[in-house]
Amino acid sequence: MNWLIDFFGNAANWSGSDGIPTRILEHLEFSAAAFLIAAVIAAPLGLLIGHTGRGAFIVVVSANAARALPTLGLLVLVVLLIGVGTVLPVLIPLVVLAVPPILVNTYEGVRGVDADLRDAAYGMGLRGRQVLFKVLTPSALPLILLGLRLSAIQVVSTASVAAFVGLGGLGRFIIDGLATKTYSDVIGGAVLIALLALAVQLGFTLLNRVVVSPGVRQVR
Amino acid sequence: MITFEGVTKRYPDGTVAVDDLSLQAPTGAITVFVGPSGCGKTTSLRMINRMIDATSGRILLDDQDVRAIDPPTLRRGIGYVIQQAGLFPHRKIVDNVATVPYLLGWDKRKARARAMELLELVGLDSRLAGRYPFQLSGGQQQRVGVARALAADPPVLLMDEPFSAVDPIVRASLQEELLHLQSELHKTIVFVTHDIDEAIKLGDTVAVLRVGGHLAQMAGPATLLSEPADDFVREFLGKDRGIRRLSFVPAKGVRLGSAPADLVVDDDTRPLGWRSNGGLLPYGIFDPERDSLRAALDAALLSPNGTAIAVDGDGHVIGVATRDALDEVLRRHATGPDEQARESDGEVPVTDPRRAES
Ligand SMILES: Nc1ncnc2c1ncn2[C@@H]1O[C@H](COP(=O)(O)OP(=O)(O)OP(=O)(O)O)[C@@H](O)[C@H]1O
Ligand SMILES: [Mg+2]
Repeated sequence: MNWLIDFFGNAANWSGSDGIPTRILEHLEFSAAAFLIAAVIAAPLGLLIGHTGRGAFIVVVSANAARALPTLGLLVLVVLLIGVGTVLPVLIPLVVLAVPPILVNTYEGVRGVDADLRDAAYGMGLRGRQVLFKVLTPSALPLILLGLRLSAIQVVSTASVAAFVGLGGLGRFIIDGLATKTYSDVIGGAVLIALLALAVQLGFTLLNRVVVSPGVRQVR
Repeated sequence: MITFEGVTKRYPDGTVAVDDLSLQAPTGAITVFVGPSGCGKTTSLRMINRMIDATSGRILLDDQDVRAIDPPTLRRGIGYVIQQAGLFPHRKIVDNVATVPYLLGWDKRKARARAMELLELVGLDSRLAGRYPFQLSGGQQQRVGVARALAADPPVLLMDEPFSAVDPIVRASLQEELLHLQSELHKTIVFVTHDIDEAIKLGDTVAVLRVGGHLAQMAGPATLLSEPADDFVREFLGKDRGIRRLSFVPAKGVRLGSAPADLVVDDDTRPLGWRSNGGLLPYGIFDPERDSLRAALDAALLSPNGTAIAVDGDGHVIGVATRDALDEVLRRHATGPDEQARESDGEVPVTDPRRAES
């Protein structure tokens, strides 16, 4: 408890380019960038593969890779390949981390839509694209959002690796704290990251309320 | 009119689901495809709206080959009802019903107004319009499925076992309602079921299919009952064909006698029972204008003295049918002794015996 008071009670921690607000913003920037890039790649891909049934191996490979690839290892690899100085060493591993949950859940969501429902949609005279966007996507939305949420939380929790390559973010408190044995900073940084993850969770819960039809929310 | 001309469907795995099927489903009538599981009913039905494309042969919709029409366009002009209703879970009932009008680009207000109209037509409370499908019972969902199929007023309706997932009581009322709707709308309906009783109840024409998609017999229900083409059809029709066939003979022809003295009626000439020593005995009634001979016979069997009471539409006694009177009509409609000999002539009578005889 003392450590937390030391960290959050210290006025110097709240201002300047290494203060809490700046670090939070940096952290959110990396996270948001990685998450958005991943979402733009993975969600349409998941919809497409789920709808056409073609390319399902991509989903399997991606799901397995997610389990096998160590984010930190990937970070080191990217640094070795392209060096430090840009945000790429952070972005690439984070995107790689963020893609599988979105891809897998979007795919599963679309695949999992009741065959009778899909059939009825075609039977009513919807075209392929209309079936995807007017029927499959709204029905799969709870799972799609689940994938996005898991992905966002992982990214936010993992974005601290930026500190390893000299970039900012909440990871700085942890890395620097460890280096200088200032454990209040380590703990404080970890708590902030946990709070951000909670905020993301909360955000998605609210989003779920707004965008998912009550007719679908109940069923799942 | 829907015409199958030598239609064959061979699935990629080699299964021949439908083999050289030729038949006609007349305009404005209900044609039922009935047969055991796997005989190709669904496949045949779905070739009409091109959910499945035939391997060879042609299907004509009023002389136009369905293959010449782009499938989504074709389907928007054909109502389609499936067993599990297949309602869109994320849409309110009213918007589910308005699906095809929306697709056809109707103005939203007009489409919804039409949807409300249809909900009423299929006997659903307008308060259900704002609900989601999961908030409806299975029977209600089926009604919505029917309403949705009718929304853009298509001339043709395809129904694939639409009532088989609901309990028998709900099924019976849905069947009644379909007949009632049809008496007003006169759609060209192709109805698939594996339930021969449903086929006989609903069909103007019944096509009995055997496994492999072969047409075993196509006839009106009464003809089917009295003259099954072969052993397969006879077996499929099941027991009590003679009695069931009487459902298609109107009771109108029964000779009515005047009510005997021991029939007790109230001030308004509605029957109360048969007088006996201790009190009143049970009775059975039928309406000669509306009921079948089967109902008349049933009424006779319900009375201890074997006399059926004839009533008018308001329940007033108009006479009685004695067992002798019923017997005369029964004799006239009994199936000839040569039934066995008239097997499998393959002829396809398309006239509706119910209408022909009434
Ligand atoms: N996509 C398919 N691929 C291969 N065979 C199929 C396919 N769909 C149906 N069949 C086969 O074609 C035959 C006819 O199937 P169909 O679904 O038309 O039967 P059905 O009469 O509707 O049966 P049920 O009463 O059980 O619904 C069956 O032997 C079935 O196994
Ligand atoms: Mg079937």
